[in-house]
Amino acid sequence: MLHLVLIAVITMGCLGLLLGLVIGFFAKLFKVESDSRVELVTELLPGANCGGCGKAGCADFAKSIVSGENAPGKCPVSSKEQITAIALALGIDAGEGFKKCAVVRCGGDKHQVARTVNYNGVLDCASASLVAGGPKGCRYGCVGMGSCAAVCPFGAIEIVNNLALVHAELCVGCGRCAAACPRGVIELVPVGSPVHVYCNSPEKGPEKRKNCKVPCLGCRKCEKTFPEKFKVEGFLARVRYDAGVLPTPEDIEVVKCPTGALLTAARHQEIETIDPEYSIK
Amino acid sequence: MKYFELAVGAILVYNFVLSRFLGICPFLGVSKKLSTALGMSGAVITVMTLASAITAVIYKYLLHIEIGGKVYNLQFLQVLLFILVIAALVQIIEISLQKLSPKLYQALGIYLPLITTNCAVLGAATINANSGRSVLDATLFGCFSGVGFALALVLFSSLRERLDLAAPPRAFAGTPIALITAGILAMAFIGFSGLC
Repeated sequence: MLHLVLIAVITMGCLGLLLGLVIGFFAKLFKVESDSRVELVTELLPGANCGGCGKAGCADFAKSIVSGENAPGKCPVSSKEQITAIALALGIDAGEGFKKCAVVRCGGDKHQVARTVNYNGVLDCASASLVAGGPKGCRYGCVGMGSCAAVCPFGAIEIVNNLALVHAELCVGCGRCAAACPRGVIELVPVGSPVHVYCNSPEKGPEKRKNCKVPCLGCRKCEKTFPEKFKVEGFLARVRYDAGVLPTPEDIEVVKCPTGALLTAARHQEIETIDPEYSIK
Repeated sequence: MKYFELAVGAILVYNFVLSRFLGICPFLGVSKKLSTALGMSGAVITVMTLASAITAVIYKYLLHIEIGGKVYNLQFLQVLLFILVIAALVQIIEISLQKLSPKLYQALGIYLPLITTNCAVLGAATINANSGRSVLDATLFGCFSGVGFALALVLFSSLRERLDLAAPPRAFAGTPIALITAGILAMAFIGFSGLC
């Protein structure tokens, strides 16, 4: 009996020691030199793995920062302080990153836009668009099935009244929603832009009017009043986000958009969330 | 013919997941996407094959150790020894892979440590030991068992990808309907029983 216990203990002990030595040997033999800076930067990054920088994830982005391929400022999630901290840690330039935020350029919620098709299929905007052009009358606006909300890693998009609504305070501007939208309704705009044109349809005004109560008619009222802040392409007005001067809420008072497609982001959110039965016309 | 029988037995008739009910944890855990299921399958096949080979050697030469003309039966140490060896083996594979093939390491990397204490791997070693197979047979059995596991995992993950698009009653959405599907899949595999 004692023999057996002794042999068992010796066997296990020897085997453990042997395996330990083998693992140690392999660890030395196959040592992988890893750059400690990559780990440091990965730790400083937010770890959201959103892909907004164009890399596969935060660790991949960290690698590209260390190799000099990307500047830390490319990260859409980090705050300015966090980016400066990374730049300081590596002794490199922070690089300019200009923060963006997604906006759904459509005001066609269930009160404003005609429902033409009773869609019962898969809850996915691309699928819904393929079937008779989606549930809504407008072929260019938000489908409202929430494909963008499903891909948002930050939960910043909510579907209210069959319309996607971006909560700007949660949005970091990674652009996943814009990529997921089959109709290109979502645009990335500079953070804090107070005014947007909530329409995406290039059709003629009367055509849009048939299906929607709040389209941009292309009347050029905004462009004529503030040519440096708006431009009309075809029958669709757009805010000139890249022009340097962003339109302010006061400008809207002056323009007096006849349909209400030109709105402040705050008012748009208010209409959709606080006052769900609100109808402009 | 003998090896063909071994293969059919391990892959279809006595499938590790669907008939022996071993390795259910990764079967449910990493079957949400086909791509991750493939990664896990690769890792399981590798580890099962190597673990079966090494544990067969250990069973044969260490668990019936002969000292001074007297044979000591150390079979009560079987589970302990097998787990120790499998854990060390996985560790060594991981370290080597990281250096030799970083691409493969990235594909398998997350799943390798997961199978260290997987019951399917230990199960393959134990079944080998109990049936008294030779080292070559045991290695092949481990490999085929891994393939069987991979088959079940890939089938199930493909089913689950489709389930995501289906609209089951709300109470069944998610894991419940996946478990029901797994049950039906296991029942389908009963059809293979009696093949060998």
